[in-house]
This record gives sequence, structure tokens and C-alpha cells, in this order.
Amino acid sequence: MIPAINIQQVHKSFGALHALNGVDLTIEQGEFFGLLGPNGAGKSTLINILAGLLRPTNGNISVMGYDVVDQYRQARQLLGVVPQELVFDPFFNVREMLRFQAGYFGRGRENDAWVDEVIEALGLTDKAHTNMRRLSGGMKRRALIAQALAHKPPVIVLDEPTAGVDVELRQTMWEFIKRLNREGHTIILTTHYLEEAEILCTRVGMMKQGKIVALDSTSNLLKRLPSKSLRVTLGQVELPTSLKSILKSQDNDAYIFLLSDIAQVEWILGELRSANIPVVDMQLLEADLEDVFVDLVGR
Amino acid sequence: MQADNTQLFKFRGPWTLFKKEIIRFWRVSFQTVAAPVMTALLYLLVFSHVLDKRVEVYPGVSYTAFLIPGLIMMSLLQNAFANSSSSLIQAKVMGNIIFVLLTPLTYLELFVAFLAASIIRGLVVGLGIYLVAIIFIDLPLAHPIFILAFAILGSALLGAFGIIAGIWADKFDQMAAFQNFIIMPLSFLSGVFYSIHSLPSFWQTVSHLNPFFYMIDGFRYGFFGVGDISPWISLSVIIASFLALSGLTLAMLKSGYKLRG
Ligand SMILES: Nc1ncnc2c1ncn2[C@@H]1O[C@H](COP(=O)(O)OP(=O)(O)OP(=O)(O)O)[C@@H](O)[C@H]1O
Ligand SMILES: [Mg+2]
Repeated sequence: MIPAINIQQVHKSFGALHALNGVDLTIEQGEFFGLLGPNGAGKSTLINILAGLLRPTNGNISVMGYDVVDQYRQARQLLGVVPQELVFDPFFNVREMLRFQAGYFGRGRENDAWVDEVIEALGLTDKAHTNMRRLSGGMKRRALIAQALAHKPPVIVLDEPTAGVDVELRQTMWEFIKRLNREGHTIILTTHYLEEAEILCTRVGMMKQGKIVALDSTSNLLKRLPSKSLRVTLGQVELPTSLKSILKSQDNDAYIFLLSDIAQVEWILGELRSANIPVVDMQLLEADLEDVFVDLVGR
Repeated sequence: MQADNTQLFKFRGPWTLFKKEIIRFWRVSFQTVAAPVMTALLYLLVFSHVLDKRVEVYPGVSYTAFLIPGLIMMSLLQNAFANSSSSLIQAKVMGNIIFVLLTPLTYLELFVAFLAASIIRGLVVGLGIYLVAIIFIDLPLAHPIFILAFAILGSALLGAFGIIAGIWADKFDQMAAFQNFIIMPLSFLSGVFYSIHSLPSFWQTVSHLNPFFYMIDGFRYGFFGVGDISPWISLSVIIASFLALSGLTLAMLKSGYKLRG
């Protein structure tokens, strides 16, 4: 099957700044892919090249086999992109914007039912006739998402779609996006909410300074860390030196120890007992994507 | 999922953009149509009051009658320019230009849609001034085809120029500079208010370098059947200028200059 997105050795410089340094990435049709990385890693730059808003300095990107530069018509027809910047057209209301957006992609009245569905799914029904200028920030973000979906594109790219969106909508929006994914749409997502990526994405790529530094299924990435850790609440005490080497972090009287093996729990408790330190509370913590992220990408 | 109706509705994309551009100015028609019509009528009132009895530019044509086609053309040109340029600069400054850039619209389709909307805006303003003016003054229509041709070509030329300005300018004040230092002088020094034959020969020569002169003179010929030069020369100059500017506009759009980094 032709990959949904094929990125080959993409470089992008802004003057002396190398925003992308040879990115290679293939995303298959039907994937729910997470593109993660710290601020300035190059995620949006990569997405903007994919969308045709920027031109690569070097390298190629194709969408369903269509080159985004040479065959831009076909490539863009297949793409729906939610940009990171919160932009809007103050002249029109939500429904008008969606109709226009669908129209640019060659869709007309026959598409109206879909537009209504998108409006409903994103909780914009009450606001359909409200001028874009009068929407709240989170509402504008929803409208931006709706616009990207207006022509029902097979490949959907969301650049931080949940920034500024309230909890309730975030849930309904993800349900909708997950449904689209089940129906065969390919989803590419960037977010700084790592729990979100962990739950939604089947595969994750992590970027740092314009390069992909990790690329694997979410479950493999989670396995990669030694993993679990133990959180014990001890009160104000002097920790035995033997335990200091595996101390990951401390928050007042709660200590987190990194475990290389679950059997270490017994040893830790043994050390505490020998030092006469009573344990007030104790929890076992699973490694999450955030730990992997910190480990690979650093803060 | 894809390409199912692209054949059938090949023109729906550019048509939608055209429609959007029309709605954009029509919603604020008080500013975009009524205001320029009002301005032109004020010029007409003041200048005709001062000069009507004193100046006769062409035999048998009153100064006021002489002035009207010039004012119509001047407003039509300025508004055609304003339509494409302001739409683009606003979209760039607001960032919503990406809604168009993300679509499969080709650079030729973008050009045609913006251009067509500019032409409509120019014609609507021109027609507005004409309709109000003929309430007060009798205006002949010697060659309606010339009137129409110059009106359409004039607004097309300035529409294309507006696209260039809109792409080039990064800020509103750069756009204002375009308006104040190019469009305004060219339109005032084009023979709207006088026949260039009344000028010293040096300024006559300079006027011949001004494309606005040909548009106004040719347009006026359409009403009175007389002009400073042959309408065919004017028509050729305007068509040539339009082709040159369109070529430049298309090249800018194709290269992605200032639009796709
Ligand atoms: N138009 C531009 N001109 C110059 N530099 C740019 C431009 N766009 C991005 N950059 C730079 O390129 C680098 C990558 O930026 P990019 O926006 O791709 O990061 P990101 O991974 O999306 O970050 P964030 O998580 O903050 O959105 C940054 O150093 C940024 O300053
Ligand atoms: Mg970004």
C-alpha cells in the first residue's frame, strides 16, 4: 500500500538556522501518528512543508504518492491541516467559512451534510452563525479544526489542536477524530500533552533540533525505559547513602526511586528498615511517555 | 474518498474564491461602494461649480460632462486596485491567507478569482457614479463598446496591480505608500481634470508614459467620440500593460514569492 506520508531527507534552513536536518519518516495509511518534541524542534516546519506553506530546502515529501511540490493539486486535495497559529477570517461566520473551505476543494451542496456533522461533533452548533471574530479562543480553535475537516480529507494533520480547548470538548473531539481514524483516515498529531499522545497514538516520532531521534510504536517506546518507579512518603529524614544513587526526584517528603527491576522494591524497603525510617505511604508508578520523552529528548 | 467530483466541478474552487471575494466587499459596501461614489460626486460638485462656465475642453462638451467619465474611470481604477490589494494584505496580516494556500487552487485560479472580483468591484463603483451623475447631467454614449472595454480592461489592469502590491507589501503602511505614492499621483496626473493638450509639451510627454492617461482618454472617447489620442492606441497600450502585469503577477504567484517561504 502507498504510504499516507513519505518524507525523505527533508532539510529546511531559515537563513543560517537549520530548522530541519534530514528528516526521514514514513506514515502508513490508517495510522494514528504522534509527532512530539520540545518547542522549536521543527514539528510545525515539517507540517508546513507537507502542507505546501513552506518549501523544503532539500528533500521530498509525498502524500499518498503525490509529491507536495510537483503534484501539489493532488497532494493538497488529500490533506486537511489544522495550523498551530490561531488564525481566522473576521469577515465570515463559522458555517460560511466551512462552506468556502469545502468549495475550494471542489465540494458543493452535496457536502453540506458532512459540514453539519463536523459542526455538531466539534460542539459548534450554537455558534454556526456567529462571526469568527466573536468566538472565544477555544471556539476559534474548534472552527479551525472544523475547517481542516470540511472537505473530508483522507489524511488529517493536527498541529497542537487541543491548545486552549476545554476538557469536555477535548474528549468529544478525540472521539470524533478516533472515529475518523477507524473509518480509515490517517491522523498525524503534534501535542505537548504527552498523556494525550500516549492514549491516542499507535506510533510516535520524537524530534529534537530538526531530527527524528526516536521512532517506534508507543508500546515499544514505553518498554524502552527500565521503567517503573517507586514513590515512598517518608517524612523529614536523612536518606541512607545506598538509596541516593537510585533517587530520581524528591518532592518535600515524597521520594521517587527508579527501579531497574521490580525485585528492587524489597531491597529499598530493607534499607529503609535498617535505617529505622518508617514508610508513611507507598505507590508503584508506571513509566509514561513523558519519562521516555525526557530520557530521549531532554528538557 | 478523493477526486470523485473534481472533473465535474473543476471550476468550483476558483468560483468559490471569487464568490468569497465578492461577498467580502459587498458586506461592507457602505465603505467599498457608497463611499467612493460619494467622493467622486463631491469632486464633481466642486470642480464643475468652479470651472463649468470657464473651460470648454472639447467643442460642445461642457466641463462637467467632460469631467464625469474621468472621475468614473479614476474611481473604478482605484477601487479595483483596492479590492485585490486590501484583501491580500489583510489576509496576510491576519494570517488567514493560509486558508487559500492550503487548497489545491492553482496559481492561475488564484489570479483569475482575485482579478475577477476586482473587476466587479471596479465596475460596480463606476456604474454607481454613472447612475447618480446622469440624474443631473446629460451624457452621450457614442461608443458603448469602448466604454465597456476600457472599464473592464482598466479594472483588470489595476486588479492585477493590486495583487502584486498585496503580495509584496508586508504591512498596511507599505500598502498605504503604494496608494499614496503610485496610485494617487498616476490617477490625478492622467487628465481626469483636464485635457493633456492644455499642458506644456514636456508634461504632455510625461503624461504619455502614464498608463492611466490611456485608460481615461479611451474611456472618455467612448462617451464623446473625441479624445486626445486614438482609442485604438489607448486600447493597445492597456492590453500590452495588462499582459505584462499579468505575466509578472503569475510569475510571483507561481514562485510563491512572500506567500510560501
Ligand atoms: N518562518 C520562519 N522564519 C525563521 N525561522 C523560523 C520560521 N519558522 C520556524 N522557524 C524556526 O525554526 C525552528 C523550528 O520551529 P518550529 O515552529 O518548526 O518548531 P516546533 O517544533 O513546531 O515548536 P513548537 O512546539 O513550539 O510549536 C525554530 O527555531 C523556529 O524559530
Ligand atoms: Mg509548532
